[in-house]
Amino acid sequence: MRRRPATVPLIIGATFLGGVLLTVVAGHVLVSPDSTAMFSAVPNLPPDAAHPLGTQSQGRDMLAVMAAAIPATLFVSLLGGGVAVIIGTILGMTAGYFGGVVDGVIRTAVDVALTIPTLAVLILIGASFPVVSLSAMGFIIALTAWMGPARVVRAQVLTLREREFVRIAKLSGLGGFRIIALELLPNLIPFLSAIFVNAVVTATAATIGLEVLGLGPRQTITLGNTIFEALYYTAMWRGMWWWWAPPVIVLVCLFQGLFFIGKALDSIANPRALGATT
Amino acid sequence: MLRRTIIRILIFCLTVWVAITVNFIIVRATPVDPIAGILGRMASKGQSVQGGAEIVAFYRDTFALDEPWPVQYFMYLRQLLSGNLGYSLAYFPATVGDVLLHAIPWSLGLLLTAVSIAFVVGNLLGALGSWRRAPLVLRGLIYLSMTISAVPFYLLALILLYLFAFMWPILPTGGSFTVGSTRDFSLATAIDFIRHAILPVGSIALGLVGFWALSMRGVMTTVLDEDYLMYGRVKGLRERTLFLHYGVRNAILPQVTALAIDMGQLISGQVLVEAIFNYPGVGTVLFNALRTSDYFVIQGVVLFIIVSVSLAMLVVDLVYPLIDPRITAGEAGR
Repeated sequence: MRRRPATVPLIIGATFLGGVLLTVVAGHVLVSPDSTAMFSAVPNLPPDAAHPLGTQSQGRDMLAVMAAAIPATLFVSLLGGGVAVIIGTILGMTAGYFGGVVDGVIRTAVDVALTIPTLAVLILIGASFPVVSLSAMGFIIALTAWMGPARVVRAQVLTLREREFVRIAKLSGLGGFRIIALELLPNLIPFLSAIFVNAVVTATAATIGLEVLGLGPRQTITLGNTIFEALYYTAMWRGMWWWWAPPVIVLVCLFQGLFFIGKALDSIANPRALGATT
Repeated sequence: MLRRTIIRILIFCLTVWVAITVNFIIVRATPVDPIAGILGRMASKGQSVQGGAEIVAFYRDTFALDEPWPVQYFMYLRQLLSGNLGYSLAYFPATVGDVLLHAIPWSLGLLLTAVSIAFVVGNLLGALGSWRRAPLVLRGLIYLSMTISAVPFYLLALILLYLFAFMWPILPTGGSFTVGSTRDFSLATAIDFIRHAILPVGSIALGLVGFWALSMRGVMTTVLDEDYLMYGRVKGLRERTLFLHYGVRNAILPQVTALAIDMGQLISGQVLVEAIFNYPGVGTVLFNALRTSDYFVIQGVVLFIIVSVSLAMLVVDLVYPLIDPRITAGEAGR
């Protein structure tokens, strides 16, 4: 009955994300994608008609950089979040459905992984194995985000397991994995979409964090790498706000968008969470 | 209770062991060669030949490079257990332990100050917001703090840095003291110290407030529905007594556990904030080590962070049932 509160955050979230995507479109319309190349323009120009967001000190057009960086960062985030949800769902379902020793092992693994500050491990990996591609980055980042999904899915499966339709499926002789895939999974889809958004948030924060430390795929233009370079070449000290501010603003919008959409999906998937509680 | 304690301690040991082992595997698998780095350094500046030789010797000792890998693994464990993390390549005579010891007080101070401020402000905001007579402004503030919490600390740090050190240059851009200033027990030193801490503390505290405000409001709303509150009201207690002694007192304890849950996330965030403000804590040590490929320092800091975070979470988990008698044996917060 109180489904409506989801609409408002959904619209706010979509507006933020729309703004991010619009930046990409604007980049492709207003400047040529080739302007991301080094010294394709005069370096250190403040914004003007030819370069709406100015140029940075290697002579790259900032709007073109943003148009290239946003899809790259989104790719890593979505891949990282997606892989994390797949790993988490498989582990959570296995633990929740089979219980016993399997459950104990998976639960302990989740507890241990939740205790370890994942950025620390990522830093060690990043420092030890340089030169990573965007997809490699996505898979590494997934290591930071699978625990949440595993926990939530397990809890859900524990309640679903006792429902009538699962018992009937069991009595009719369906195997464990088929029950998981055919009976449990479809019921989890609203949850999974909310979990996916949260995993994407975790993955994005981790990716950008690593990149800001200079541990990202350095050959590719991403939002985090742009911030790293702006800091490295002291853009803020040189008054070049058009260098560091666009990636920061885009990321703030991205996080806001994901936050509101995650909230909306949460309240759709879990109506009890509506009202006062988070 | 005893069972829970034992399980919790076992999980702690398991975590530390996993961290150490992963560290060992990564070091063995990495294509980065610290020894080559040292030799290059020795060649570039002739004066550190002696230091280089010692580092190489340490490396040989630690990893027993000619032995099979199980032997190497145990040698490595032995070195770690004796507290020996190796030498810093960038500041040679200093060991990784020395470098860490200098940085830890700064990081700990930063963390504790930021968390305390956020805890008080956030819980206050959340509690007041749950009250029926909460003014609209207060609700607005909760929503604002909530949306700010959605942004990682390091982005908040960049925004605050620009606003208060560049746009309105009222605070320093980084470091812990003004360069060249004398440090004594005077008021001027104290003010200088505080001025340098405001932005790093602020970035972390600002990012945390919403988290606590929101969960406090949630907990308070359930507490305020309880029968004993109704009873207190019927008895004619003042609203303030009801609010503080009946409401907040019962809602605040669960908030303490929330403190522990995101410790890992919190520390990860602080590393970046310190690096951005060049604050002399563990995060900045790590950032500089990454820039100079000071491999043993990177490893040492990562191990230190993992062990200290797990330890902190262990302590909170074990102490919590003692403060809140409602949680006893068995399932705590699962």
